[in-house]
Amino acid sequence: MSTNQQVSPEQRRYQALAKKHTPKPPVLRHAVAAFIAGGLVSVVGQFLTNLYARLLHLTPDKAGNPAVATMILIGALLTGFGVYDRLARLAGAGLAVPVTGFANSIVAEALEFKREGLIYGVGGRMFTLAGAVIVYGVVTAFFVGLFKALVK
Amino acid sequence: MASGATLRARPAPRRIGKQTVQFENPPAIIATGTVVGPLEGKGPLGHLFDHVTEDELVGQKSFERAEQMMLQNAAYTALNKAGLTPEDMDYMLSGDLLNQLITSSFSALAVGVPVFGLYGACATSAEGLGLGAMLLDGGFANYVMVATASHNRTAERQYRYPNEYGFQRKPHAQRTATAAGAAILARSGEGPRVTIATTGKVVDRGIKDPYNVGAAMAPAAASTILTHLQDTGRRPQDYDLIATGDLALYGHRLLVELGRTEGGIDLEPVLDDCGLMLYGQDQEVGAGASGSGCSAAVTFASILKDMRDGRYKRVLVAATGALHSPCSFQQGEYIPTICHAVSLEV
Amino acid sequence: MTQYLAAFVVGGLFALVGQLLFDLTNLSPGHVLSGFTALGGILAGLGLYDPLIKFAGAGATMPISSFGNSLAKGAIMEASKDGVVGVLTGMFELTSAGITAAIVIGFLASLVFNPKA
Repeated sequence: MSTNQQVSPEQRRYQALAKKHTPKPPVLRHAVAAFIAGGLVSVVGQFLTNLYARLLHLTPDKAGNPAVATMILIGALLTGFGVYDRLARLAGAGLAVPVTGFANSIVAEALEFKREGLIYGVGGRMFTLAGAVIVYGVVTAFFVGLFKALVK
Repeated sequence: MASGATLRARPAPRRIGKQTVQFENPPAIIATGTVVGPLEGKGPLGHLFDHVTEDELVGQKSFERAEQMMLQNAAYTALNKAGLTPEDMDYMLSGDLLNQLITSSFSALAVGVPVFGLYGACATSAEGLGLGAMLLDGGFANYVMVATASHNRTAERQYRYPNEYGFQRKPHAQRTATAAGAAILARSGEGPRVTIATTGKVVDRGIKDPYNVGAAMAPAAASTILTHLQDTGRRPQDYDLIATGDLALYGHRLLVELGRTEGGIDLEPVLDDCGLMLYGQDQEVGAGASGSGCSAAVTFASILKDMRDGRYKRVLVAATGALHSPCSFQQGEYIPTICHAVSLEV
Repeated sequence: MTQYLAAFVVGGLFALVGQLLFDLTNLSPGHVLSGFTALGGILAGLGLYDPLIKFAGAGATMPISSFGNSLAKGAIMEASKDGVVGVLTGMFELTSAGITAAIVIGFLASLVFNPKA
């Protein structure tokens, strides 16, 4: 976001006044809810990881993959049934930070824009929110990998 | 040169003060139609609206279609109540929140009345009433329909996130109301009259947060209300009610403070806000309602009824609008805001 | 049992940090989650994310930072074999399951479901 605008004294005064009148979010309650929700999602993920390790005879390292895929499925289904947004209203980052939140952002976009068609609606919009995560993950990984390849 | 001088020598006869016009033959609001969504129907004003929809989709294939159906329904309801047909309408003044005013255009297509599209965001109701009154008092029309709608789901997906996206609303965020309102203004007839209209200037006091539109719009409301009082020589207590259109809880408090600090007047005794009237306190809608349908539905269904019932004699409807777009706020621009005011009297 | 406890606490802490960023800064969810993913990549480069996974299991693999870690780890692994070209070929080596699942499931979900009225 650009912040290169001139701020007049009048604007600055009003910004201060508006800040005084703008309520603070309930930080403590939100933090506790996010911690518990984020923790519970991880516990479910751990259970799935252990389950796949046992059923498919995978190393815990490898069992993480189907566990993540399953969590994405769960996130997608909860979004489809219209539950995820309600839960996330309570849990906040507890449901935004885990991969289920990544799935939610993809499915929410795809659902919302399916009425604009399968190509420009579903296909084009699916990564409107999740795209940034992929882009900055890949760009970071690229430079980290490049650094490792050159500096080693 | 000479003609310019002549023009300056003959001031427009109905202008008073800087931004205000006073009508010679104040047009009457002879009928209204309102349609709201299910949540709005459960609110404290629920029983006053003409129609409450069962869900947000209203049996349509998209939320945009649903919004259009609600606006058309409001328009036909108003026509039925007035005993008039679309052919009787000389103009329709219609606005909404969606890109290129699609709700208004498709609704005007269905109703089939010559139309002017208005964009005043949540200030559209008062903008339409003021302009409609000018058309009537100027002798350009016998009947004018003023219509506007907003829809929670269409606004969410245009301005914010897809509806199923899980995120936490800030406590000062407002909920775009699913509501449509139409009013029929006539040169003669029974009903509260539009006597004075004050047109707002665009105001920007440096608020960027698109979830904090109440705070962004409060200075616009202060500007228009103070100018209106100055132009007309009226005082706040000359009104039984000054109803702002959707500042919600925190914007409302800011307006009271701006009235004191910038105008030296106490608006609080007569001030209320459509965004605070639409929902009950237990409805978990953050700071209150917003959306162009909010002030229209509340004014047309509740305030005008109170005027017809004799509870209010004189009301100033000061509808406020945030004129930003998703593009402008993503580019880091401040939120431009506006407020239009009309004085309604019985 | 300690495994689940570690997962709960670390997964919870990731969410807690995210929540504080939501509530105490003006960052949008998009900013915060992109930041988490980038952070995961950087921690992978420093060799810190794998020990975290060893300790916390799903507490470290479920947050979105794990996606950044997997991207970077894939790139680093291939780079150690094939040099700079490996950075390009290894990028999605470890994350393809997650990305493929997300795209296919997202597509199918959009066919089955509608946004709630």
